[in-house]
Amino acid sequence: MTTEITAYEKVKLARSSTRATTADYIKGVTDKFIELHGDRRFGDDSAVIGGIGTICGMPITVIGTEKGHDMGERMARKFGCASPEGYRKALRLVKQAEKFSRPVLFFVDIQGANPGAGAEERGIAEAIAENLYEFGAVKTPMLTIVIGEGGSGGALALSVADEIWMLENAYYSVIAPESCASILFKEPSRASEVAEYLKMTAPDLNGFGVVERIIGEPSDFTDDNAVAKFMSDLKVQIAEKFAQLKKTSVKKLVARRYDKYRRIGKYTEL
Amino acid sequence: MSGVLETMLHSEKNAVCCKCKKSVSEAELVKRYFICPECHAYDRIPPRARIEYLTDKDSFNELFCADIDADPISFPGYAEKKAASRKKSGETEAVLCGTARIGGYETCIFVMNSEFMMASMGTVVGDRIASLFEYAIKRKLPVIGYAASGGARMQEGVLSLMQMVKTSIAAKKHSDAGLLFIVCLTDPTMGGVTASFATLGDIIIAEPNALIGFAGRRVIEQNTGGKLPESFQSAEFQLEHGVIDGIVERKDQRDYLTDVLSMHAEKWGVKA
Repeated sequence: MTTEITAYEKVKLARSSTRATTADYIKGVTDKFIELHGDRRFGDDSAVIGGIGTICGMPITVIGTEKGHDMGERMARKFGCASPEGYRKALRLVKQAEKFSRPVLFFVDIQGANPGAGAEERGIAEAIAENLYEFGAVKTPMLTIVIGEGGSGGALALSVADEIWMLENAYYSVIAPESCASILFKEPSRASEVAEYLKMTAPDLNGFGVVERIIGEPSDFTDDNAVAKFMSDLKVQIAEKFAQLKKTSVKKLVARRYDKYRRIGKYTEL
Repeated sequence: MSGVLETMLHSEKNAVCCKCKKSVSEAELVKRYFICPECHAYDRIPPRARIEYLTDKDSFNELFCADIDADPISFPGYAEKKAASRKKSGETEAVLCGTARIGGYETCIFVMNSEFMMASMGTVVGDRIASLFEYAIKRKLPVIGYAASGGARMQEGVLSLMQMVKTSIAAKKHSDAGLLFIVCLTDPTMGGVTASFATLGDIIIAEPNALIGFAGRRVIEQNTGGKLPESFQSAEFQLEHGVIDGIVERKDQRDYLTDVLSMHAEKWGVKA
């Protein structure tokens, strides 16, 4: 376990190409997985992997953004920057999970939603909004694990859940520190300092009540044995959490989820 | 409430058009719904003036106006910037909420204020909007929202990001109660506000030429390496791409809202 590293060093670790990606997690924590493609409207977004699988025998729906490891994979995965089709595929699969009472597991690792002209033309903002709107009231347990980058609205739209867990070196932020430094201080070089200001690390989010659990990570993601051990431990944690959430009535679950978000910056009592 | 429009109508002062930068008399602007007499651009309307244009005389009752000066992550420079916005606008935050009557129909209304830190959404803005939806659910009332925003307020970090979820799920709860939500997108509506409650209305209209989108033009141009057409992310572009229901001129908005309200009965929260 690493300690005493700066927020910006964590941002760099979160972006490292050797880090486990969604595909690695799916392989590591599910017994079986069947990928399901497409938003049934326009296309299939290669930046978002979704499908059904089992975890310790329990059927679940898994959705996550995938960056890929090398340049070829990263290009094919559009660097994990989800497009409207990715968010709409996720919505379709979440609705399907609700229908069949399957818990939903999100893996978040995204720099930000696709900032392209086509994404705007196909309503990226509406696609994100729709997911926030729907996921808050989905009648099945939902768990999010931020495994790398939690980049703004693009991450948010694949992370509304009953609980959010974060890897110890992941980040979750309203804006990338470089962009924030550039906009507010006109100096992108101040990113490291701004990363501290933004309070974007796992302990920060845990302190705000946004993140429930911080997951210790292997010191080296290229160490196969360490990663295998990490994945099998995580698998047990996820299965236990879903088993626990499944015991709660869905009505209570949805009410609690509403309250969780409602409490973040609450000043008014009606 | 003393009439803001009445005061401005007798004002000797001049204002500057935010588009052509020409000096125009305040009185002239008021007569023209803040449309520049020189370049015909839609200038920004102070929220209290906006409410006077839209609502029945003296019917506005402000809600959730407690003076909360949140700085949840103690972001350097934020307190000063906000203090300047407060002084300039005379408002405590970037959104004004309340109840009012429009064409005789009782409604909840919120109006965002682009003069206040670009109407960015922090925790207080999120709290006011979510509270208004909850109030509307209790009273069985429609909500009419005038959106404008640069996006989430980065000086409140991830807590501002979470306001997107908070406001969206509050809008959903209001919708699940069978109640009507109408949104008008005004210039500019961008980022996290477009990607949350602003595109979740039953009916979404926009003002002519308003800039509406998610990512900023410069970011997209840097990403794609090409120059985008002038019309990109305009209200007209959003109409063409199916994001909004229509474009309504300022002078017609009160009648439009009245007509829409009149087509919904008490069952959906619309009470004459």
